[in-house]
Amino acid sequence: MVLNLVLPLAGLLAAALLWAAGAGWLAGVTPVASAFAPVPTGEALLQLVQGRDLWEHIWLSLQRVAVGLVIALVLGVPLGVLTGLSAWFSKATTPLFQFARMISPLSWMPIAVMVLGVGDAPVYFLLAFAAVWPILLNTAAGVAQLDPNWLLLARSLSATRRETILRVILPGITAHILTGVRLAIGIIWIVLVPAEMLGVSAGLGYFILDARDRLAYSDLMAAILVIGVLGYLLDHAARSLHRRWLHT
Amino acid sequence: MNAPAVAPSALAPAPASEAVLAARDLSFAHPGIGTVFEGVSLRIRRREIVALLGSSGCGKSTLLRVLAGLAQPARGEVRFLDAPLAEPHPRSALVFQQPSLLPWLTLADNVGFGLDFAHQPRSDGAARRARVAAAIEAVGLAGREAAYPAQLSGGMAQRAALARALAREPELLFADEPFSALDAITRAEMQALLVDVVHRWHSAVLLVTHDIDEALLVADRILLMGGSPGRVLREWTVDMPHPRDEHPEALTALRLAILGALRHSS
Repeated sequence: MVLNLVLPLAGLLAAALLWAAGAGWLAGVTPVASAFAPVPTGEALLQLVQGRDLWEHIWLSLQRVAVGLVIALVLGVPLGVLTGLSAWFSKATTPLFQFARMISPLSWMPIAVMVLGVGDAPVYFLLAFAAVWPILLNTAAGVAQLDPNWLLLARSLSATRRETILRVILPGITAHILTGVRLAIGIIWIVLVPAEMLGVSAGLGYFILDARDRLAYSDLMAAILVIGVLGYLLDHAARSLHRRWLHT
Repeated sequence: MNAPAVAPSALAPAPASEAVLAARDLSFAHPGIGTVFEGVSLRIRRREIVALLGSSGCGKSTLLRVLAGLAQPARGEVRFLDAPLAEPHPRSALVFQQPSLLPWLTLADNVGFGLDFAHQPRSDGAARRARVAAAIEAVGLAGREAAYPAQLSGGMAQRAALARALAREPELLFADEPFSALDAITRAEMQALLVDVVHRWHSAVLLVTHDIDEALLVADRILLMGGSPGRVLREWTVDMPHPRDEHPEALTALRLAILGALRHSS
């Protein structure tokens, strides 16, 4: 129990020491790099969390995550159910999905901007495009792995079609959908930062580029820390959602 | 040498009113596999525990599905409480080899699952809760109503599955190898529990099993299924009081007789 707390803290402390040593060495090569060190970064972070700007960037980024995730769910769950139910549809689409899944969503960026214009729309597109695959594939796997005895149980109760779908199939695949959501959030969070580096004027990705342009390197490091912490919290939230559903 | 308590059944037909389930000349074919069983006739009387014994792949699970109304026979007829059976009857219940509890529901909600479905007999919430509570109590899981399946051991999960069947107050309980995934000690407990609760619930049981000892310990009547396509080959009545493990000599005699018949059937 104590080890569960002490070991992760020791790991983080070791990383911070390596960070300080690395920044110190780098400062010897280029003096400007001293701004990357833990202490100035901490000071910058303290400044930022007391102001309004950082919170607005965070809020916007989280909104984009939510929109991207909802679009991915709206497309991915029905397509996943179809893939899981219909061998015919699955055969027809599997190579296409596996092909599309392996293309970095960012490579669509120029086309997305040309088609959807500058602003939020191409970012939503990129996030949804990145997130739809894990949701789709996990939903399909969930349908394929439904316990046949659950369906037999429903039939033995003379369940109507509606009762079977609402009381057995949808709750039965929810755990898989939540697994997909967790993977999707991880991918969205990674794609978000580069996606916000083009064509938008707010958000954490924008904030990184802006800090670079302002030569505010401590702010830049602080933003990296914030991105890491938020990503960790998002993943933790998705995990606990999954656990709560399965009560493990 | 036969123990007096054990005698081959005279196949005396019970009056129609006494039978929960009566099947006549059933046959079933799987596309691509061929005829699974044919010419199967059997009847299960009220409160009677019937074991359908056979080796793996003899078609006994398929026969159970047809008898439960989950599959339609190619030929023949199944009558449940003297009416033709076209779909699962509300007064029948199923227990599988796996507990197959719904992991997103509490134990109490699992046991009560489906009692409010449209095609189930209408009953108000209080009556349903009372049935659920009685079933959970009977299988010894009282106090665990709020637990989720992931928090139950394998034996407890199978108890919950049995409670789910009891909550339907079934006239006939279909059990398909219900204890074969459990360890030996838990299995013995569950066999005794099954006999106890179905007597208290006044249910009949059709128990599909490949375990001779399970059939001997639990059943009032044993049907041996075998051959290809499958048929009911032999039948024995086990006229001994429970608990049976107190009469090992009589069981041994019958066990040898069944083993002999099994050898000749394959």
